[in-house]
Amino acid sequence: MPDLYLIAQVAGRAVAIESNQVESVVDIGEITAVPRVSSHIRGLAALRSRVVTVVDTPAALGLPGSGGTLRRAIITVLDGHHYAMLVDALEDVTPFDLQPIGAGGSALDSAWRAAGLGIVERDGEPVLAIDLHRLIPGHAQSNHQVH
Amino acid sequence: MDDLLQEFIAETRETLDALSGEIVAWEASPNDRARLDAIFRFVHTVKGSCGFLDLPRLGRLSHAAEDVLDQVRRGEREPDRGLVNAVLAVVDRIGEIVEAIDAGNSLDDSGEDMLIAALAKGLDDIAQPAETVPVVRAPTRSVRLNVDLLDRMMSGMSDMVLARNELARHLRAHQVDPQIEAALERLSNTVSEMRDTVTRTRMQKIDALFSALPRMVRDTAAGLGKSVTLHIEGSDVELDREMIEVLRDPLVHMMRNAIDHGIEAPADRRKAGKRENGRLYVSARQSGNQIIVEIADDGRGIDVDRLIEKQIAGGRNALEMHNLSEKAKLHLIFEPGLSSRDQVSEVSGRGVGMDVVRAAIEQIGGRVEVENNPGRGVRIALHVPLTLSIISAIVLGVGRQRFAIARPNIEEIVAERGAAIRIDKVGSATVATVRDRRLPLVDLSELLGVDAVANDQPRMLAIVSIGSGSYALMCDTVLDNEELVIKPASPAVMATGVYAGQTLPDSGSPMLMLDPAGIAHIAGLEFHRSLADDEEPAGEEDQAPGIAALMFRDLDGRHRAVVLDVVDRVEKTDASNIRFSAGQLRAAIEGRLLPVATQGDIGDRAVVSLLRLKDGSSEISYAIDEALDIVSLEQITPATIAGPAAGVALLDGEQVELLDPYWVFADYGGDAGDGDEPLCLLSDDGKGWMAAFLRPLLESAGYRVAFSPDPATSPAVILAFEGSDPALSVSAPVVRLRHHRARSGADDDTIYRYDRAALLSALAAHVAGRGAA
Repeated sequence: MPDLYLIAQVAGRAVAIESNQVESVVDIGEITAVPRVSSHIRGLAALRSRVVTVVDTPAALGLPGSGGTLRRAIITVLDGHHYAMLVDALEDVTPFDLQPIGAGGSALDSAWRAAGLGIVERDGEPVLAIDLHRLIPGHAQSNHQVH
Repeated sequence: MDDLLQEFIAETRETLDALSGEIVAWEASPNDRARLDAIFRFVHTVKGSCGFLDLPRLGRLSHAAEDVLDQVRRGEREPDRGLVNAVLAVVDRIGEIVEAIDAGNSLDDSGEDMLIAALAKGLDDIAQPAETVPVVRAPTRSVRLNVDLLDRMMSGMSDMVLARNELARHLRAHQVDPQIEAALERLSNTVSEMRDTVTRTRMQKIDALFSALPRMVRDTAAGLGKSVTLHIEGSDVELDREMIEVLRDPLVHMMRNAIDHGIEAPADRRKAGKRENGRLYVSARQSGNQIIVEIADDGRGIDVDRLIEKQIAGGRNALEMHNLSEKAKLHLIFEPGLSSRDQVSEVSGRGVGMDVVRAAIEQIGGRVEVENNPGRGVRIALHVPLTLSIISAIVLGVGRQRFAIARPNIEEIVAERGAAIRIDKVGSATVATVRDRRLPLVDLSELLGVDAVANDQPRMLAIVSIGSGSYALMCDTVLDNEELVIKPASPAVMATGVYAGQTLPDSGSPMLMLDPAGIAHIAGLEFHRSLADDEEPAGEEDQAPGIAALMFRDLDGRHRAVVLDVVDRVEKTDASNIRFSAGQLRAAIEGRLLPVATQGDIGDRAVVSLLRLKDGSSEISYAIDEALDIVSLEQITPATIAGPAAGVALLDGEQVELLDPYWVFADYGGDAGDGDEPLCLLSDDGKGWMAAFLRPLLESAGYRVAFSPDPATSPAVILAFEGSDPALSVSAPVVRLRHHRARSGADDDTIYRYDRAALLSALAAHVAGRGAA
């Protein structure tokens, strides 16, 4: 049975995120910097009466950091903490069948490979499905769980 | 004590209620380990509480049941029907006694011996008390609230505060009707009041936990024939009532463990060179949104090898065990049913403590840290969170950012340019002197890598106190005093080690709360508190004026001691480095020759230890078989004859000779010193007077003494009795002594042997004359 995936643009490419990892989709406001924290974390932001940790998704994928221009984010919850994962843009939510990454997988660099779950095919275009939680620094177990 | 008893009754009653299901289930399947453990923990806890509440009857019953259950746990007994029945009868009886205590009724104790006896052989029928005492519960004086309920109330409260903040924020952004503003004001006040009340319902001084400890420690220690001094710090730290309840049993278990397993018997402590009084140190402090409760003892530490042996004996893979990291090995103390002792004692039982302790602490999101110093003690720290707690905080500004810091951590705030404030560079460190108090200074903007505001405003110093010390934290501004709901930050943020949590203040921008201890750590400030540090001042007041001495096994096999002050160091050397050359034993060490003093022969030893003795200017070594221990000697009986022993002391019933360093330096230091001291050759008449009387006098006057000519050095002066001819092969001025006080004639240049002044001046004249020539 196909699962629902949210298609988002990260650093100019499409990724698919399983919908059960998506709590909501927001535009975040001012970000409070967190000195000394990993460069994958942009800081903290207020979301209604809650504080979320903002993750620089491109940086977490080993790409150049977003440089503070991104505002759109996917809110995901891991171990009771709320994270805002910055993305360029959001497209639609569609059911897809997850396929193995296959031969193309070996061409991925390590950050992508660690996050990659499989491939979904959108109108003939292969889109990498990623596990958002594996991009969140500081959660050792979920980060290193490789299937 | 009444409060404690009430707590105990309520707790036991509650556990019994919860346990009734377990008991039934255990009865149905006696091999169910989880049920067995639950019942075991119950009787163990009851036993523990009885110890310090002085409830001997309950103590006896629970101890007996615990014994039997432990046998079952170890597989020594089968949980057959008879045994199960007997245990259940005891558990029932415990319930009855508890109710009787609560109601103030007396309860006939007749059946109890029978119950205990039944444990040993099993019980075929469930023993019903002969006459059923009607269970009457006393009216309760207070309501026991479910902690879940308090939790929900608290979390609802936090959300309410946050919603109020958000509302206020929105209203501030718009022009609003004053009436709405007034309504918001009222709401705010009510919310604040409510919050205080709700907070109070959950907060309690940890003293509620600590106040029972002195008595418990005293009783426990007395029961074991040990003497323990308890130090309590931080009794006024407040924490969640729930935390107090969770901490109670673990704390008691750990204290008992420390006294029973950690602190040695007085005799062993003496042997180990420790004071007889064991020390137990309990403290509580708040560190950001954590409370840290520490228990430290100065006992023997945890025998890690023994833990491993136990695990292997219990069927664990030996290789796997030995390959564990040091930390993992130490953490074996958390394995269930493990005790590093074979003997079961009345007090702490079987190490049931540590697995229960960890389970309890982890259940509330805390963690347990163990620090083991074999031979010197164990320090266990319980870190428990203050999640969802409301903390009174001070907001500091650094650059354009704001940070909160818990108010209890701040001693005071001073302006950098205030009077009586100095800031100096001391080497690579910066030190702030605040009214004669010197504190290390940490610049927050530097530590965080945030640019400080560049203006003329004086910067501020917050004097921050963490459990073990204080430091000055420099920031740009001190902004505000706010009550904040602190929540844990995400792991990546916590991993920086600088923050204790995050919050959303009224401003609507998230703010981080600083962790003062973490900052101190990152800034490299070490306030590490060691029990040894505490020891010094106390040591002076209550330690007998003993002399610290090194005990060693001498070459002749005897135990001797030498005053520690003269021992520069002890080192091992190959016996081949020691040779008899140029008239005495010498050791070739580090490219030079050291005279070696001995009592006994090196024999066929391959290696000997050398005590390197120093008297300030010269150095001598003394060869021994092995250094044994550092001991404190009291009551040294002085030696009656001069010689290698300065005296004798009694140590654990054994006579230990105290090596006389004076003798060593006098006899062996001959050419080891700079050789300045003039040599007196004593031409004795064979009656020993010179050796016994003259020698100490001469030595104390700064002469070296010899009884036969030494070809290596020529004497400065020779002393001889009148009428005797030294007939020595060396030429030196001779001072003659006469036996009688009266001079025999005007030309008699002899000196009366007891005329000390004349003798010394004559010697001095000859030595001076020689020096001039």
